[in-house]
Amino acid sequence: MVTFILKRIGSGLVVLAAISCLTFFLLYFSSTNIARNILGEYATPEQVAAKQSELGLDQPILTRFATWVGNALTGDFGTSWFTNEPVVQSLLTRLPVTLALVVTSILIIAVLSTLIGVAAAVKRGWIDRVVQTAAVIGDAIPNFVLAIVFVTIFAIQLGFFPATSSIQPGADAGAWVASLTLPVIALVISGLTSAAQQVRSAVIKQLEKDYVRTLRSRGISEGVILFKHVLRSAAPAGLTVLSLQFIGMLGGVVIIEQIFALPGMGALAVQSTTLGDTPLVMGVVLYTVIIVIIVNLLVDLANGWLNPKVRVS
Amino acid sequence: MSEPVEIKASTATLARTNVFKRILKNPLGIFAVAVLTIMVLVAIFAGWIAPFGENAANIGKTLSGADSVNLLGTDSAGRDTFSRLVYGAQTTLLSALLCAAVAIAIGLPAGLIAGYYSGPFDSAANWVVNVLMALPGIIVLLTIRAAFGPSVWISMIAFGILISPGYFRLTRTAVQSVRNELYVDAARVSGLSDARIITRHIFSVVRAPIIIQTAIVCGVAISIQSGLEFLGLGDPTVATWGVMLSEGFKNVYLAPTLLLWPALAIGLAVGSLVLLGNAVRDALEDREKVTVSKRNDPPTVALQMQRGPRKKKAANVEVGTEKHLVKVSHLAIGYPQANGTLKPVVNDVSFTVDRGEVLGIVGESGSGKSQTAFSILGLLPPEARIMSGSIQFDGEYTVEPGEDTVNQGRLSALRGKRISYIPQEPMSNLDPAYTIGSQLVAPMVTVLGISKAEAKKRALKLLSDVGIVDPARTFGAYPHEVSGGMAQRVLIAGAISCEPDLIIADEPTTALDVTVQAEVLDLIRDLQKRLGVGVILVTHNFGVVADLCDRVVVMQAGRLVEGGQVREILGAPQDPYTITLLDSMLENKKPMTMLVSQGGTTS
Repeated sequence: MVTFILKRIGSGLVVLAAISCLTFFLLYFSSTNIARNILGEYATPEQVAAKQSELGLDQPILTRFATWVGNALTGDFGTSWFTNEPVVQSLLTRLPVTLALVVTSILIIAVLSTLIGVAAAVKRGWIDRVVQTAAVIGDAIPNFVLAIVFVTIFAIQLGFFPATSSIQPGADAGAWVASLTLPVIALVISGLTSAAQQVRSAVIKQLEKDYVRTLRSRGISEGVILFKHVLRSAAPAGLTVLSLQFIGMLGGVVIIEQIFALPGMGALAVQSTTLGDTPLVMGVVLYTVIIVIIVNLLVDLANGWLNPKVRVS
Repeated sequence: MSEPVEIKASTATLARTNVFKRILKNPLGIFAVAVLTIMVLVAIFAGWIAPFGENAANIGKTLSGADSVNLLGTDSAGRDTFSRLVYGAQTTLLSALLCAAVAIAIGLPAGLIAGYYSGPFDSAANWVVNVLMALPGIIVLLTIRAAFGPSVWISMIAFGILISPGYFRLTRTAVQSVRNELYVDAARVSGLSDARIITRHIFSVVRAPIIIQTAIVCGVAISIQSGLEFLGLGDPTVATWGVMLSEGFKNVYLAPTLLLWPALAIGLAVGSLVLLGNAVRDALEDREKVTVSKRNDPPTVALQMQRGPRKKKAANVEVGTEKHLVKVSHLAIGYPQANGTLKPVVNDVSFTVDRGEVLGIVGESGSGKSQTAFSILGLLPPEARIMSGSIQFDGEYTVEPGEDTVNQGRLSALRGKRISYIPQEPMSNLDPAYTIGSQLVAPMVTVLGISKAEAKKRALKLLSDVGIVDPARTFGAYPHEVSGGMAQRVLIAGAISCEPDLIIADEPTTALDVTVQAEVLDLIRDLQKRLGVGVILVTHNFGVVADLCDRVVVMQAGRLVEGGQVREILGAPQDPYTITLLDSMLENKKPMTMLVSQGGTTS
């Protein structure tokens, strides 16, 4: 089990290294006029040159990358070229909003999709048909379109929720709830149906297994068979879907946050990439990839716990 | 060699037209095809349809409502919304196609090569795929935009690369599954080059899933691209739905309909693509379903939740028959067909089993012998219907005459406790997620109401009773850690754990090695003698019958053709089918005389 975890962490680190390398070199193309952009049109060529050397842009790309890696390894991601705010600090003020949004949505999707998926698999009939149809419709509507519809109807027209988030440092719980309710609903609706559909097929697949019949023949009750045996074996499929949705949402919230004016990572990502703020972009990408790697690791661990065969190999 | 290829090709064409017809039968499919056709036509003829140019601005008339000149009003720069919507269709659809094309161009060949040759290319490609799949798409696209500017085309090429793993995985899996098919081997042996094999045989397998995937990818591409443009990151000089959406959102307080039209267009386009993908999938699955029902497989098993709706007292059984442990009378079982009728799989079957007696039910596969056995256990699939007849256990009906399903209320009191079951395939009948011990302990705790510690003690004793050398080790092992023979012993231990009166064994040795078969049969015989339990042994093997059974009934095509004492049936079979079955034994198995003498010692 320990080697299994270490292996996963190791491959995660390799992915992290590959992605930071790729991103850094991609951003090289955008940093040609950066000093001029920072200083504005009226800066003298001398000022621009001074800024370039201050940012280290006069050095070759490999040297710059080596410096960045050296600092990053000590936890120093540098400061934003435009705001001079330390990257880590900007990220840490934005991250909680994004994580609150994504994690809440995923948890709600996990619970609801399990309930709905199991009900559809066991009862079949009309519940099943509704779930299947809803899954198609849910897939068909992009979540940001749904979010735009929500914000237009419930926030702007009806005024049930604030159209602009009131989350700021030190905001109370009420502000968080009011600001996150609509975006969470939008994310949950668009993710729920396909997750429920996956749970449904996984449960049906398990119910058809021979061991279920044998458990019945041993006098084990239907409830125990369903919740102790079937659901456990069906869980890895559900977890995989949830982890993919989580990754998708980390990207998707960029748009959602913009629609609801939430001060999360999304706004930071848009702003930093538009300006070509290399340290900040690197920070956003790395934090996102680290979160993805952690989530994948957790899913692998959960699968290992659920399925003893995985644990061995 | 060319002949079979020809046939394959022609059936594929046939299937394709059928699939297309089926898509058009599905109302959602028609809707999707219609919407997409209209959009494509609009995109192609945009220059003729749109009254204004995509960026033709009338500064004097901004944010106006709909009128006869501007059918859907104008935006904040005075540009005609309708014209922009029409030109937007062009850019949006083309960019989605570009994205899909890039993804296919990368994913398909990579998947073909990785799946066909495997080896180092496969591992390398898989690593890249894992990296790509770990990337949150939008963040990457933002970075690409920062590097290369706000071009729709560049971001769609990048997104095509990001999304290519979908095609890669799909193709790789499909290719791996057919690579070792006989017809591919045949093609290889007959000297076709790898390239020919891939294009001719393998490509036909992946075609359908790729069409489905492409519909979905185009939908995702449109939605991602619109999302990016909505963020204000699109190219402002090109009219796309996303740019319009962004413009509309900025003016949502002043002119809400500006938001409505592009949102509707995006929703319709993405929705139709997803619906189309689903319709193709359904059409393909329908085709599979037809072939399945032709093969007449039993329908899928869903959880039986009809947990004894009526627990009313069962009617009294016929006087004089209560002495039988099991009495099956004129039983018929059927499954509903598509046309609403019931197709019988068991017809007018009657037999009895007494305490301590071993009855064999013999027949070839599809003869209804397992269905009969499962009806006694009450574990028929939920679709199954009792068409006539009755089943009684120990003087009480479990299926009364006139009932059309097995009464789960009455059977759940018997199952596991008085009637138990030994399955055919040992490995698939243990839950891989739990230790063998816990799977033995749980039924005893539930059924006998004893403590866990007590149940564990009994389980260890049972394991040693069924001939397992190191019971403690097996108790703690997971099913995948033991051999098939050992797993079957575990299942037998489970079957006798609650001291049943009747054991139903469904081909208990078929899945085992020949040497293990004999041991397991010995074990069942010993236990049966020692515990004095009644056994119904379902088998296709007369050798097993001769070895274990007192009496035997022979089934063919759902009917009983013959029944009686084992010695009589083996010695002087009356029915031609029984004779055929016995003759087929003689050719491959041990000589008959030995079987008879063995049968003589057990009866």
